[in-house]
Amino acid sequence: MRYSAYRIDRARLIEAINMLGPGFDVRVAPHLETGESGPGENMVKTFMFPQPEVLFTFKKAPPTADDVDLLREPSLPHTTTLLFGIRPCDARSIHLNGLAYEEDTYFWHRIEGAIIVGYLCKTVLSTCFCQRVGSGPDDTRYMDVVMMDVEGDHDALLLHGITEKGMIFLSQELGPLLIKCGGAKEEIEQSLGSRQYPKDTNTLDTLLSSDLMALYNAPFWDQLKDGCLNCGICTFRCPTCYCFDIQDETLGAKGRRIRYWDSCMFPLFTQHASGHNPRGGKIFRVRNRFMHKLKYFPDRFGAISCVGCGRCVRDCPVNIDIREVLDNLLEVARS
Amino acid sequence: MLEVTGQHRECQEQLRKRARDLLASGEIAAFIGYGNGSLPWVPRPIVVRSPEEADRLVWNSFLTLNLANYLPGVLKELEPPRRRGEQVDPSTLPRVGIVATGCWSRNIVIQVQENQVDRSRVHIIGISSRGMISRHSFKQALGGKEALKIVENDHEIEVTLSHGETMVLSRWEYVRPNCKTCIHPGPVVSDETIGPPPGRRLVDERFREIEEVEAKDSQGRWEWFEEAFKDCIRCYACRNACPLCYCPTCFVDDSRPQWVGKSIETPDALTFHILRAYHCAGRCTDCGACESVCPVGIPMRLLTKKLIKEAQMLFDWEPGMSLEEAPLLGSFSPDDPDIAILKGGEKGT
Repeated sequence: MRYSAYRIDRARLIEAINMLGPGFDVRVAPHLETGESGPGENMVKTFMFPQPEVLFTFKKAPPTADDVDLLREPSLPHTTTLLFGIRPCDARSIHLNGLAYEEDTYFWHRIEGAIIVGYLCKTVLSTCFCQRVGSGPDDTRYMDVVMMDVEGDHDALLLHGITEKGMIFLSQELGPLLIKCGGAKEEIEQSLGSRQYPKDTNTLDTLLSSDLMALYNAPFWDQLKDGCLNCGICTFRCPTCYCFDIQDETLGAKGRRIRYWDSCMFPLFTQHASGHNPRGGKIFRVRNRFMHKLKYFPDRFGAISCVGCGRCVRDCPVNIDIREVLDNLLEVARS
Repeated sequence: MLEVTGQHRECQEQLRKRARDLLASGEIAAFIGYGNGSLPWVPRPIVVRSPEEADRLVWNSFLTLNLANYLPGVLKELEPPRRRGEQVDPSTLPRVGIVATGCWSRNIVIQVQENQVDRSRVHIIGISSRGMISRHSFKQALGGKEALKIVENDHEIEVTLSHGETMVLSRWEYVRPNCKTCIHPGPVVSDETIGPPPGRRLVDERFREIEEVEAKDSQGRWEWFEEAFKDCIRCYACRNACPLCYCPTCFVDDSRPQWVGKSIETPDALTFHILRAYHCAGRCTDCGACESVCPVGIPMRLLTKKLIKEAQMLFDWEPGMSLEEAPLLGSFSPDDPDIAILKGGEKGT
């Protein structure tokens, strides 16, 4: 059996990560060093959806022998991206977005070439609510390697490979740089116990069995929209907001097709060429964002499209709180 | 949870009472104010539509959005549907109440000047601002910890953090720079006022932030601009929080022609910001809403403040000070300085 469990000093671990070979694109979550609670900076979203993302380049030229070259796909990188220290919520966002991006080769090229070293949450913030959406601070499901704090020892971390990819990485790449430690695996297993996710599917079940139009026509949307600025902060901060727009940019005879983040909060998102906008008013856009996460996506993919990281709650300048929206929806669903 | 004592508490009580009375008497159909939210440091802009709801209104030092931003929308919402071109006597339309500090009231004046708001349909309750807290510096003061409860008195802000820790901040220290140097903290137009008159501000230092950037050479200014705006994510919160931005289609949303690229790359992001700022020339009241809502802490207010300085120096102009005045860029006077007109032999060659 491969040796895949380690106990290591925090500072020593960061040193070891920095010693990894050039085949790795290493991205370390800042809270690994600080030990700060919460999801922190959204490095997973910018990894999943880099922007602007060049889908292909093109050039305008008269038909000649070499016009096979007119359209060229970008060469996708062969490095392994190491996402080090990401929280369970963010690790889960990769899985949820994968449901919608099932056929997107660009997305999967990145994800398959990545190693997720997750970092379980010892404490949570007041804005965290992963437990309400079918996950939890010690949800290990979407990680290759699990990392956790050691009770009573701030400087120590436990690492344990749980997927084939994670075990190979630990034993062959990072492992030689670490000091092996007997008992770490048992310590992790004991600490995690028999925690299974999703523990609570009550919220999801209620949403799934509720009447879509009853939720859509609920009176609370009208008040909710009052304060909304219709800015894109919530969607751009959200790890499960994956909507994009596409542009062709040209310079002289050359051009590129780019994909970049779009937001359902913007009127332009649904503007038709005819001039009509099916979501022309603020209330339609606010409602759509929540209905998509909490009803349309669950109906289609069987999971709530929210990981409970609370970034939208913390960063919304007018304090629109998705937890309250969820409460309101559940109340309508149960009545 | 956010609690207030002292002057702000008194304002809050009077505000609730007056809003309740106005709604109960039918003088207004809705009142625009702030209520408490789920996070103590982010009060929530609310529209109160019944006298019973008036007790939701709050008044404190964390009200960093400019409520004038919501006024045209709420007024419009209350209008009955009508055919295109159909004229309606505004005196028959429902009225809206709003609470306004100095800059918010100046923005209402601008909305009236620019025909976005009918003054006769608005009831303004004026409160002199004591300066609002910068969300960014408040967060920094907490050093990564979470504020679970805030109790505010006249000069101190007591914050309860997780694990029962507490921290006491001196209020004035965290007041936004635009508030500290505000030229008019009291409302310029109102139907009634509550609370004490405004205190003194550091008006002499009003353009100090601008002078620091001006002192750099052109290369230095460019570097400052690129560095300060590099984190922009194009969420447009600055634009959407601004009461001056009411165009049905913003220039960034136009696709024929497309004036500016959509990416977050430097040329696109900088173009957006410089154009946004210039659309506010002669109109910006330095309310600071744009900077306060920015999720990445971009100091875009300095661009508009530079334009305030220019308008002040060239035209002796302060936006939104009187309902009788025409907008600066909407009027011409033979005495206007000719600096923008190129003259042969002087600047034009």
